[in-house]
Amino acid sequence: MNPTNYLYLSAILFSIGAVGVVVRRNAIVVFMCIELMLNAANLAFVTFAKMNGNLEGQVIAFFTMVVAACEVVVGLAIIVTIFRSRRSASVDDASLLSR
Amino acid sequence: MTFQAPSLEYGALAPMLVIFGAAVIAVIVEAFISAKHRSAIQLAIALGAVVLSFAQVLNLRGTATATAATNSVVVDGPVLFMQGTILVLAFFAFLLLADTDAFAAQASAIPGSSEERVALQTGKIQTEIYPLTLFAVGGMMLFPAANDLITLFVALEVLSLPLYLMAGLSRRRRLLSQEAALKYFLLGAYSSAFFLFGAAFLYGYAGDVSLSSIGAAVNGGGTNEAFLLIGMISLSVGLLFKVGAAPFHAWTPDVYQGAPTPVTAFMAAATKVAAFGAMLRIFYVALGGAVWTWKPLITAVAILTMVVGSVIAIAQRDVKRMLAYSSIAHAGFLLTGVLALSQEGLESALFYLATYGFSTLGAFALVTLVRDSSGEVTDLNRWVGLAKRSPGVALLFATFLLSFAGIPLTAGFIGKFTIFTAAYDSGNIAVVVAGVLSSAIAAFFYIRVIVMMFFTDAQDDTVTVTIPSLYTNLTIWIAAIATIVLGVFPAPLLDAIASLAVFVR
Repeated sequence: MNPTNYLYLSAILFSIGAVGVVVRRNAIVVFMCIELMLNAANLAFVTFAKMNGNLEGQVIAFFTMVVAACEVVVGLAIIVTIFRSRRSASVDDASLLSR
Repeated sequence: MTFQAPSLEYGALAPMLVIFGAAVIAVIVEAFISAKHRSAIQLAIALGAVVLSFAQVLNLRGTATATAATNSVVVDGPVLFMQGTILVLAFFAFLLLADTDAFAAQASAIPGSSEERVALQTGKIQTEIYPLTLFAVGGMMLFPAANDLITLFVALEVLSLPLYLMAGLSRRRRLLSQEAALKYFLLGAYSSAFFLFGAAFLYGYAGDVSLSSIGAAVNGGGTNEAFLLIGMISLSVGLLFKVGAAPFHAWTPDVYQGAPTPVTAFMAAATKVAAFGAMLRIFYVALGGAVWTWKPLITAVAILTMVVGSVIAIAQRDVKRMLAYSSIAHAGFLLTGVLALSQEGLESALFYLATYGFSTLGAFALVTLVRDSSGEVTDLNRWVGLAKRSPGVALLFATFLLSFAGIPLTAGFIGKFTIFTAAYDSGNIAVVVAGVLSSAIAAFFYIRVIVMMFFTDAQDDTVTVTIPSLYTNLTIWIAAIATIVLGVFPAPLLDAIASLAVFVR
């Protein structure tokens, strides 16, 4: 199968994630959309590794997974803290600043 | 199948290894030492590591430039200069972090809960701010030194993730602080995803992850120009977000305002150095051959950034927000150095970063001193007549503002002069005109604050200026002296930069 199709898939997934971050209101869902974008980038890396015939792209995919896991830890910590003090994880409620 | 162990040049990596090692030790200290002694030990570890690391940087200064860790890290003149700058800024930032009671006793406790009160009363105060800052400093030192896409991405995250948490640790106004952390995290992670997606396409274009082979592919014509274009744009979005350039600047004022002021001082000063360091390397080394493709885009961003930063700052009523918009405008000025794409541009950007870092650190340190019963006063209207109450603080703050505005005899003037000269010599007249005009607009609101402090009578008696402790005092004075000395005798530093500033390609 033509590897270019995977690039299209990656671009579509990335776009879904990027649009999702902008339109969704719940911080957890926004965060999931960001994870989707990271995984789209991973798919692109692996596809390019196949196209270029070297392994570097696949290695980066592993690095990205580790970094994404760290990001989950930090992100959920922040979202849970804010949920505990406000009883809401909506990003629209977080608007005390900029007034 | 046999694996060959990669060769690690420990000497060249020593400055970063010291910092990361100290960060790990600080985590262990946090877990095992009792709360009573922890704060002092943490500060000693942090300052010791920064000094040791700085000694390593000085030690490396004379040696030939080299790549380390199988070509993924490069140690050359600009990197050593930026690492040195970051370490000096971090040293004084640690003094600020140590000094104030700015941080939540237990970040996990709900604001206003009994758990929080008990932690404060019994002195069970966590000091996780030190290891977090050390990790951020390590990431900042690695970011401009990274020579391939993997290292760039990992360094970006290592510097960002601790900063997201640090923004949420304020003791007072905790809801604002947590909100700043949430915004910083979501937007920061969003931009990291763009950065990574861009990196994927640059890898696809060049077939290799190292910046030098991307540079070679750009010069020699790679596989598919569309990959280069997508990669370049996405990567730039990620970087422009980190430096706070318009239209990706929306997080800056909120995060600067909500974060504890010592953290704001650290991240405003040091993150800029790291992010611009990486940006300069990427654009000079990897994408220099495609200059005609990215130049119009970055020119537009630079002009927009300068104008947005300067104009919106006029309307701000909060000191920290005003300084945030000022930092956005400065990001625009620094972009003109990136655009120049010349030796001169690189040197002037390095000088500008150093001077800007000191003035920022000093200005935010002063913000921590102006208080009322509930904490820091950041409302500009309540700063009116500050000079009557505390002429020293008002005078020092005015010095930093004049440096931001670029008035002669301050470091900011030399920085702006050299960077605009470099941009002019590279033939980019539009960006110079926009820069000078927005400097003039910016001067207006800096001077307005000075007039408010000196020539208007105070109406608010509840505002007091606390007597700074030794640590804060030291930070403020060193920052002020650096701002003046670099403005009057800039030649030694400029010469030092000129002898250092050649990128290894």
